[in-house]
Amino acid sequence: MFKQFYEHDKAAFWLLTLIGGIVFLIPTANIIFPEESPFHVSAYSISIIGKYLTFALLGLSLDLVWGYCGILALGQGAFFALGGYAIGMYLMRQIGTRGVYGNADLPDFMVFLNWQELPWYWYGFNHFWFALLMIVLVPGLLAYVFGWLAFRSRVTGVYLSIITQALTYALLLAFFRNEMGFGGNNGLTDFKELLGFNIQSSAVRACLLIASGLALMLAFVVSKWVINSKLGRVITAIRDQEARVRFIGYRVELFKLWIFVFAAVLAGIAGALYVPQVGIINPSEFSPLNSLEIVIWVAIGGRGTLYGGIIGAVLVN
Amino acid sequence: MTALALPTGEVDTSHGPILYLEGVSVSFDGFKALNNLSLYIDEGELRCLIGPNGAGKTTLMDVITGKTRPDNGSVFFGQTIDLLKLDEPAIAAAGIGRKFQKPSVFEKLSVFENLELALATNKGVWPTLFAKLTSIQRERIDEVLLTIGLIESRWQQAGDLSHGQKQWLEIGMLLMQEPKVMLIDEPVAGMTHQEIERTAQLLLSLQGERSVIVVEHDMEFVRSIAKRVTVLHEGSVLTEGTMDEVQNDPRVIQVYLGD
Repeated sequence: MFKQFYEHDKAAFWLLTLIGGIVFLIPTANIIFPEESPFHVSAYSISIIGKYLTFALLGLSLDLVWGYCGILALGQGAFFALGGYAIGMYLMRQIGTRGVYGNADLPDFMVFLNWQELPWYWYGFNHFWFALLMIVLVPGLLAYVFGWLAFRSRVTGVYLSIITQALTYALLLAFFRNEMGFGGNNGLTDFKELLGFNIQSSAVRACLLIASGLALMLAFVVSKWVINSKLGRVITAIRDQEARVRFIGYRVELFKLWIFVFAAVLAGIAGALYVPQVGIINPSEFSPLNSLEIVIWVAIGGRGTLYGGIIGAVLVN
Repeated sequence: MTALALPTGEVDTSHGPILYLEGVSVSFDGFKALNNLSLYIDEGELRCLIGPNGAGKTTLMDVITGKTRPDNGSVFFGQTIDLLKLDEPAIAAAGIGRKFQKPSVFEKLSVFENLELALATNKGVWPTLFAKLTSIQRERIDEVLLTIGLIESRWQQAGDLSHGQKQWLEIGMLLMQEPKVMLIDEPVAGMTHQEIERTAQLLLSLQGERSVIVVEHDMEFVRSIAKRVTVLHEGSVLTEGTMDEVQNDPRVIQVYLGD
């Protein structure tokens, strides 16, 4: 089976092998070799590498919409940040009484703002499964509503790029506001535990690296399958001759919407893996510049290749 | 969105014509591209549309396929389907296919994949994601590949085809859609003499099972295929008849030779 796969798609084979190697070797090197050994990988390096893997996933997601469907979305960072906030809210709730103010129900910044009770949209985030659901749902739903409005009214090209920038900028401004209840300027930080384990420990960091690597590999395989399906060919056809696709009977707006939502979900997952590894999420993640940077990753790595976004993200960083 | 569920294969042609255009007017910034135009196309007929540049031929196709909305008039497909209420994909699904003046094949896809995308089947998002070609569908694609003479180049990228071959692939994509009405804009532009002859044979073989409307400038080609010719001038029908009748009509001569 491996041989067949290798012969069918060498680039994909080597890429998956490489990511698999990183996922296996880096945590192993951290555990086996003592700290003074040149082969030892520090916990700090693990987080850095894990972070790059999440960027790679983000790059992959943009390659799907831009490289294959020709939608130059300049707001991919917004979905990444939303995924990050979703896991951040869970991590805040895990702090419990260990915060500066020792309030079991309210995160520190809310106590600081003299809030008496938890806002309704924080309900449920004390459960891990709920946070996982939101990581997928929130970016997916925003992409669905935004994409439905934009694609249905046939907003394309540079106009679409501009409104995606506007979207992420609007979110940046909104999340900066203290009244929004997401920690304002400072965002969410000082995380203590993930599923009851110390988030600073090497073991948790290694697990996050492994999860990031596996998520990237899985996303790559699924994306590859999507691109090789007939839907993938319709998407490519839309990129090259949008009007023609309509005249042979496809609802172009629905296909664009599908790939846009799929990519947003991938970006959200990437953000959720990123935040525990860097220990903070704040509104600067919504910065329009961040989204432009993702475009540069994909452009450098080569668009319309899937591995382009991955390679570009790692190279640039 | 209800148009999605439109039943195909149920065009009511009990009164003869399959396509009705009545009193259609379109203007762009005061310029009347179509001016109170009426046209009827019978089921299974092959009709040629000719006329000088700016006569409204391409606008007419845009109106039929939903790309342009007319200011006035009505456009019906059979007795019951009001085309002005449908958008492009719905009109395509109802059974009207179009070949553009400029070849617009999907250049990054192979010849085979171009035909596969055009194939008449459920074109919803999820069915497309999980689509697998059945053996009948493969045979159908092979059949069309044979008809358009591209069976040898089936795995070639469409972008690498010659101009004439791209025109043929376009016609092949139209055939894959199995439309009841085919609108063909300048099929022989840029073709060699031999290719033109083969195109004429192909189009002639289609009449009867499908209605074919051909817009063409090449008079020799039109003469070789047309039974009925409609001459457009300044957005309306100037005259209609056989090629001989039309060519001897003094109004047509005046329009073509200028005043």
